[in-house]
Amino acid sequence: MDFLLILILIPLIAAALVPFVPRKSAAYPIALAGTLLSAAVGVVAYFQHDWLTPSAKSDAFAQSIAWMPKMGLTFSLGVNSVSGLLIALTLLLGPICVIASRTAITERVRTYYFWLLVLQAAMVGVFAARDLVLFYIFFEFTLIPMFVLIGVYGSTNRRAASVKFFMYTFTGSVVALAGLVYVAFQHAAAHKGVWTFDIDALAITARGMSFTEQCWVFAAMMAGFAVKVPIFPLHTWLPLAHTEAPTAGSVLLAGVLLKLGTYAIYSFVLPFVPAAAFHFAPLIATLAVVGIIAVGLVCWVQRDVKKLVAYSSVAHLGFCMLGMFALNITGLKGSVLYMINHGLSTGAIFLCIGMMYERYHTRSMDEIGGLAKKMPVWASFMVFFAMASVGLPMLNGFVSEFLCLMGAWQASDAWAASGLAFGTPGVLGPRFAVVAGTGMIIAAIYTLYMVGKVVWGPLRTPGGDHGHGDHGAGVHGAGAHGALPADLSAREIGVLIPLAACCLLLGLYPKPFLSAIDASTRQTVAVVAGGHAAHVSQSLTAQRVLPASAATAEPVKQVTQ
Amino acid sequence: MIDKLHGLYPEMLLFLATCTVLVIGLSRSMKLRRMAGPICTLALVGAGVLAYTTGPGSVSDSAVRNLAVYGKLITAAVGLLLSLLLLGVVDRDYEDQVATGRAPFDAARSIRAEFWAFFLFSITGLMLCAGSEDLIWLFLALELTSLPTYVMVTVSTPRERSMESGVKYFFLGALGAAVFLFGFAFIYGGTGSTDFRQITESLRAQSASPEGINPVAMTGLILSVLGLCFKIAAVPMHGYVADVYQGAHASVSAMLAFVPKAAGFFALILLMGCVGWGADGNGMLPSPLSELIALIAVLTMTVGNVLALLQTSIKRMLAYSSIAHSGYMLVGLVAGPGGAGESITRSGIAAMLFYLLVYGITSVGAFAVPAALERRAPDGHLDEPDAIEDLRGLRNSHPTLAWVLALSALGLMGFPPLVGFFAKLPLFTSAWSSHNTVLLLVLAVNSAIGAVYYLRLVNVALISSTDTPSSFTATPFRSRAFAGYIAAAALVVMAVIPMTDPAAVAGRYFPIAGKLAVPSAPAPTPAPTPAPAVAEPVAAGEQAG
Repeated sequence: MDFLLILILIPLIAAALVPFVPRKSAAYPIALAGTLLSAAVGVVAYFQHDWLTPSAKSDAFAQSIAWMPKMGLTFSLGVNSVSGLLIALTLLLGPICVIASRTAITERVRTYYFWLLVLQAAMVGVFAARDLVLFYIFFEFTLIPMFVLIGVYGSTNRRAASVKFFMYTFTGSVVALAGLVYVAFQHAAAHKGVWTFDIDALAITARGMSFTEQCWVFAAMMAGFAVKVPIFPLHTWLPLAHTEAPTAGSVLLAGVLLKLGTYAIYSFVLPFVPAAAFHFAPLIATLAVVGIIAVGLVCWVQRDVKKLVAYSSVAHLGFCMLGMFALNITGLKGSVLYMINHGLSTGAIFLCIGMMYERYHTRSMDEIGGLAKKMPVWASFMVFFAMASVGLPMLNGFVSEFLCLMGAWQASDAWAASGLAFGTPGVLGPRFAVVAGTGMIIAAIYTLYMVGKVVWGPLRTPGGDHGHGDHGAGVHGAGAHGALPADLSAREIGVLIPLAACCLLLGLYPKPFLSAIDASTRQTVAVVAGGHAAHVSQSLTAQRVLPASAATAEPVKQVTQ
Repeated sequence: MIDKLHGLYPEMLLFLATCTVLVIGLSRSMKLRRMAGPICTLALVGAGVLAYTTGPGSVSDSAVRNLAVYGKLITAAVGLLLSLLLLGVVDRDYEDQVATGRAPFDAARSIRAEFWAFFLFSITGLMLCAGSEDLIWLFLALELTSLPTYVMVTVSTPRERSMESGVKYFFLGALGAAVFLFGFAFIYGGTGSTDFRQITESLRAQSASPEGINPVAMTGLILSVLGLCFKIAAVPMHGYVADVYQGAHASVSAMLAFVPKAAGFFALILLMGCVGWGADGNGMLPSPLSELIALIAVLTMTVGNVLALLQTSIKRMLAYSSIAHSGYMLVGLVAGPGGAGESITRSGIAAMLFYLLVYGITSVGAFAVPAALERRAPDGHLDEPDAIEDLRGLRNSHPTLAWVLALSALGLMGFPPLVGFFAKLPLFTSAWSSHNTVLLLVLAVNSAIGAVYYLRLVNVALISSTDTPSSFTATPFRSRAFAGYIAAAALVVMAVIPMTDPAAVAGRYFPIAGKLAVPSAPAPTPAPTPAPAVAEPVAAGEQAG
């Protein structure tokens, strides 16, 4: 069965139906049906493949349709356990976002669900694509729906936010495309001018490039993907976009779209240019750690709840990048798991904040507080997800954060020499882990500070029964506010429960997930170590050729396998 | 002689249609007069079919010998859209007066006949350009393309600014023509012939000699390139573009964005084909032509995009964007054809020819939006939307036009999955293939700059809303909006169905072999050394795991 194609087509077909429904109230059921059907197909697909068999190949449900053979483009899809997990996250968040938007979106409803469904299709496509240009197309195409969702349905500053979001990502990814095309060109030059954009074929070619070429391709790719993650100095689009986006937009942005960057680094940067990734790992890890600390401190001083959570995403993704560039199995596993966990817990927090905003029309900690008294159910969920986010043991955040830190710690020469860490030359070391560990404490401080202000303490609400603050062009109608109960409705609880269940599951029993991604991470580590070893042996050969320089050069450390 | 005529059937058909239009446009019968536009459309369909079926007439042996058919086909295709777009541009109020009996029909006052005849003349000129085999032929074809457009700009609206832009366009156009005519004369002086075949042989012989290309010929080539920069709207001859596009009616601006530009590019390809890529073995044009065109490309892209950022008028913005797109296409010219029989991914010429078609269609889509809207100004004249702000809230008043605008803007941006992306991708690949790293990076950065202002159009079309209803109404000439729909649909359809093959064939380059051993293709870059060391750790890893 072509499950992946079906998963892309279902939301697209639903999206095509939405503009033609006679009444705008009919858009919601169609969107809900589309996303639920996708999720159901996803569940069916899950049982059609043995995910626990160690396999690093992205060959589950593989299919390939010739598209532009002259340019080497194929419409080829396929997943492995890592991309499969991310697709599962997308499919889970899809219906949740639709249900959560029911009362929040009252105007231009059809357009809203149209773009939400298109976004869903594009997100599945990114993770499923096995052709580099196809990946790029889906990667870019997530921008337009998000641009419209933020630009039309956002809060006061939505126009600037949507443009900034679009421009940052678009600019970066054009440069990334140049780098990817260079790899394809190298492949064509080595294969009698036959062009292909097949990811596996290009990865082999790319690994054969010289170290200098790898460094340039690494820089080009990171220009695109680091913006999307975002890695520390490139993160400035994110708080604005998150804060201005409608709730579902924030959930998808935090939950899935940021993962496009980390996923791309995991599946393209590391396997394509391992030697350069190895070379630059300390730099990226340093940026990640600086981001964890600096952005954590920025979070602390935020007054806007949503902005605080938005900034915290930057810090969290710092952990993810730290684990990834530890370049050992522990770190990579933690990093991959972190992608899922962050999507669950931060997505859920954004949902909670959205529910609060629908009732009080404010996100300012100065205007609101002690909501546990008025909304006990909401407060319990909020505290639960905040705990998951800061990494309380038994909840999901802890597992991945711990693995990332441990990976960074183990990525030292001492560990590599001990033979305990398989195939991993040391790139980072305990100092990275220790400093990042401080970031965990900061994370606990700002999250608990926010929870303390908003959930506990004396009750403060922005007075009167009408909300004030920023109304985004009448998008938040007064009617929706009046229709909501004081505490969460059954619909809202139903939205949060699956996320809470996943958080618990991943926190208590992450083993099946870890063993599913084992083969893929193992292969990535092996590729990186191999790429580095090849680079080292090449430079050793070069030194033998030039004895004069070899005499002065310091001995290059040999890699333990 | 006869076989030469055989290849000119499309042009002959168009000329017949021109004469017909010229006569019936002056007819006393309104029904006949109204047939002028549809006759042009039909003639273009016929010309396209003829160009496709008859193929190149004389067995041309010039270096880019497949250009003619492709050039005529895309001219017919885009010309078809333009003929839909140009309906009802001139004589609108006068015909209304005649129809309601307020004015008698006076052939001297009507300009419909001339307008359509000039349109076909210009299209004919463009087709002749694509098939030209001789410098004089090329010059006459270029002038046949351009001269009618000067008049069309001037009469396109009754406002003074059209007059002003017509005059501006004419004088600067004359300057440009003088420059490249001067250049053609030098080329003749430096090679002793006006025939492309003989010029090619002479230039090859010169570049094979130790002295290189004769300074006279080189001066001629440089002057020709600079003069042709006027046609393609490239820096340093780009000054007129914004004023002229803004002053003319949007439909005529759409024509200016494609017809003279395509003529300039055909001429550049033919001339550079005479010089040859790789005459010195590295797949590049000889110095200093290569550097000159690369510099023009960089400046054109950057100047066009940066100035487009500052515009508030949609037509001026599209004008600067048209400059920028010329810069993108020049990258293909620098990259060169990459050797005989190359696919579009390595052939910059094929890439630019495909880009030209895609740009023509997309710009018709973009200009169709202002062309399809109108408003009666207080002074009684009809105005089209000019400021971008005029289009605010378009999705409420004209949802389909809003989508046309959004799709066209995204297409111009090169946003995947629209065909604009697949047009830009071969430019990227060919620039890598020819090792023009700097050009490629400038192209990438400029694509990003361009996104800023195209995004404003998307924003206006899809996102913005307004409280006051738009004062612009749809024009009764529905074919203009229809041209926009076709263009927007083509952007999507062409992305799904690959249509790059004709461009790849047209961009094929035949280094004239036999007399001179010319290294045809650039030496393929050294294959990356396979790293067996990579595979081993994988295996080791599996064992360890």
